[in-house]
Amino acid sequence: MGKIRGAIVVDTERCKGCELCVEACPTDVIRMERKVNSKGYHYAYMEHPESCSGCMNCGIICPDGAITVYRVKEEKVSEET
Amino acid sequence: MGEIRLMKGNEAIAEAAIRAGCDAYFGYPITPQSEVLEYLMAEKPHERTGMVVLQAESEVAAINMVYGAACTGKKVMTSSSSPGISLMQEGISYIAGAELPCLIVNVVRGGPGLGTIQPSQADYFQATKGGGHGDYRLIVLAPSSVQEMADFVKLAFDLAFKYRNPAMILSDGVIGQMMEKIELFEPIPRVNEFDQSWVTTGKTPDRQRNIITSLNLDPYLQEEHNHHLQEKYARMRREDVRYEAIACDDADYLFVAYGSSARICQKAVQLARKKGIKAGLLRPITLFPFPEKILGDLSQSVKGMLAVEMSAGQMVEDVRLAVNGKIPVEHFGRFGGVVHSPEEVLEALEEKIVKPVV
Amino acid sequence: MNLEEIIREENIVYRRTPLLTDKALSYCPGCGHGTTHRLIMEVIEEMGIQSDVIGIAPVGCSVLAYEFMDIDMIEAAHGRAPAVATGIKRTWPGKYVFTYQGDGDLAAIGTSETIHCCNRGENITIIFINNGIYGMTGGQMAPTTIPGMKSSTSPFGRDTAMMGYPLKITELIAQLPGTYYVSRQSVHTPASVRKAKKAIRKAFENQKLNKGVSFVEVVSNCNSGWKMTPVQANKWLEENMLAYFPPGDLKVDGQLVEQGKTS
Ligand SMILES: Cc1ncc(C[n+]2csc(CCOP(=O)(O)OP(=O)(O)O)c2C)c(N)n1
Ligand code: SF4
Ligand code: SF4
Ligand code: SF4
Repeated sequence: MGKIRGAIVVDTERCKGCELCVEACPTDVIRMERKVNSKGYHYAYMEHPESCSGCMNCGIICPDGAITVYRVKEEKVSEET
Repeated sequence: MGEIRLMKGNEAIAEAAIRAGCDAYFGYPITPQSEVLEYLMAEKPHERTGMVVLQAESEVAAINMVYGAACTGKKVMTSSSSPGISLMQEGISYIAGAELPCLIVNVVRGGPGLGTIQPSQADYFQATKGGGHGDYRLIVLAPSSVQEMADFVKLAFDLAFKYRNPAMILSDGVIGQMMEKIELFEPIPRVNEFDQSWVTTGKTPDRQRNIITSLNLDPYLQEEHNHHLQEKYARMRREDVRYEAIACDDADYLFVAYGSSARICQKAVQLARKKGIKAGLLRPITLFPFPEKILGDLSQSVKGMLAVEMSAGQMVEDVRLAVNGKIPVEHFGRFGGVVHSPEEVLEALEEKIVKPVV
Repeated sequence: MNLEEIIREENIVYRRTPLLTDKALSYCPGCGHGTTHRLIMEVIEEMGIQSDVIGIAPVGCSVLAYEFMDIDMIEAAHGRAPAVATGIKRTWPGKYVFTYQGDGDLAAIGTSETIHCCNRGENITIIFINNGIYGMTGGQMAPTTIPGMKSSTSPFGRDTAMMGYPLKITELIAQLPGTYYVSRQSVHTPASVRKAKKAIRKAFENQKLNKGVSFVEVVSNCNSGWKMTPVQANKWLEENMLAYFPPGDLKVDGQLVEQGKTS
């Protein structure tokens, strides 16, 4: 059985800094950036990418649809590459 | 020759709606126009043409059902009487703002308030000056016979779709309840041939989504939209003024009257002529756009005008504007549900116009 | 495995539905309106019914919903969306018609249209956003403001002796024979969002059956009106709003669900 790895990409311009994704992440991946986007919002980013399982919680809770979630089975990918 | 039938004005409206290819009627009972909904329910237009008829829980709901169906390009209508039309005003303003075609029939009764169920013409201001909030106008048609009750349903839909604007038939309890022999027009199929590119029936891949709204948070855009509406109303004034001139050519004095008052004035014209008074009648058929040009022209040839309406004097203001002070314009009318007689009307012409002018 | 290997088109498991337009949502950060918009658009995308859907959003914070949803939409007067929907569905029985209404809209000014539309059994979907407050006009008391809850027109908390009780309109509606599916959901946690989406999907699927109104209440936050951060607001929602408005199905397939058996 391969290890599940995930990652997220935050559309930093769409992010409104509500922090609901931070709260929703079961593995504490997300933090808010100290910098702000063009609208003045702090935006979310992966502080601990290695912990992301691609569970989609953050994407599902984000009111602004700012998060894309990726997921792979590590083994499968390494076989291919 | 179309089918000849003896009908009440209200029934004629209902039968004409089915024949005009109307897709839906939404209404709420109120005297003196309940026969419209009753006739439609009994006639089962769903079986005849596929037309939908629904009794709503209120006039507020009815006009918003009209709004919904109109958003999808359907030929849709409602009817009511004065208090019910008052309740619809918010919805009518939205319909005008969103530029939707539809037909609203007002069989006017005496007011204000609950007033009386007897006929009246006191909703003229409400019908022609907007009625609800904001700068908008309805196309307003005033039938003066049962025949016209039927014919104007078709005309109103044509004008409503031509301009993407709500149209109103402003009738009254006299015409609504009166029985006359009429010739019904041949039924036309329930297909709408007007431009449907704006309707909200589901965004297909070949087009952008359609949105129907009367909202513009940007005041400059809203001003622009208002300019567009005003241009539309100006076009109505240029292209769709309708009136009937009776014995106007050689007239010294003119009655100006619409709807049932016009019928009474027609009789008064005959009585006057018998007495040697050269009276004529100008009957506005469209109350908006108002036949101001012909009235202006006639003010060159007649000595005075009497606006006769079952109200304390509403249309008379438009007559005065049209005549612009050139000749005396006075008002006469019984109101609050009382209908004037031809004799009263003639007497008023003599008192208020003929005597002072001569 | 490095991030570049994971972040590839073929590995996407969740993305913003293309049925939401590119326009940035006008809602406050963390507002459940955005989440619910997304769920509805995801359902429409998954069902493949975009070309047959007509949405109606009346006045309220979501008055501009038509800017965000890439479907044919109508803006209705405050409270009147169920009547507007009736006008459409009666003349286009084959289309999917839904309303998207706030609590002030659906349960105060539009109570009559709501009840009668449901009682007539119009074959439509109603999405009801209950955030316990009037969001758009600046946080006034709503018919759903819970006892003791502060708002700008109940600054000392809702006093039921003076202001009356919150209206549990969803319970009321479930009693009407014209409703086929009535459910209360929320969008404050990932789990609740998943459930809410299932309910919304069912509510749209039901239109194929022609059996009456499918009604989904979504208990949502209004962090601006509640004067809390989004995270605090969602906690407060769970502890207070859901105590008064318990989530779960109230009526499924036309049958009332026994109390306590709610999913
Ligand atoms: C006839 C009318 N009355 C009042 C208003 C003002 N108004 C707009 S939205 C609103 C309340 C909206 O609250 P709700 O339905 O709960 O939606 P929310 O904004 O909370 O999402 C009010 C009172 C209006 N637009 N029309
Ligand atoms: S996908 Fe799951 S684990 Fe990954 S960041 Fe989002 S919530 Fe956290
Ligand atoms: S939930 Fe969305 S909007 Fe809120 S902080 Fe996370 S990414 Fe940004
Ligand atoms: S005011 Fe409340 S309901 Fe409106 S967008 Fe802001 S948080 Fe949402």
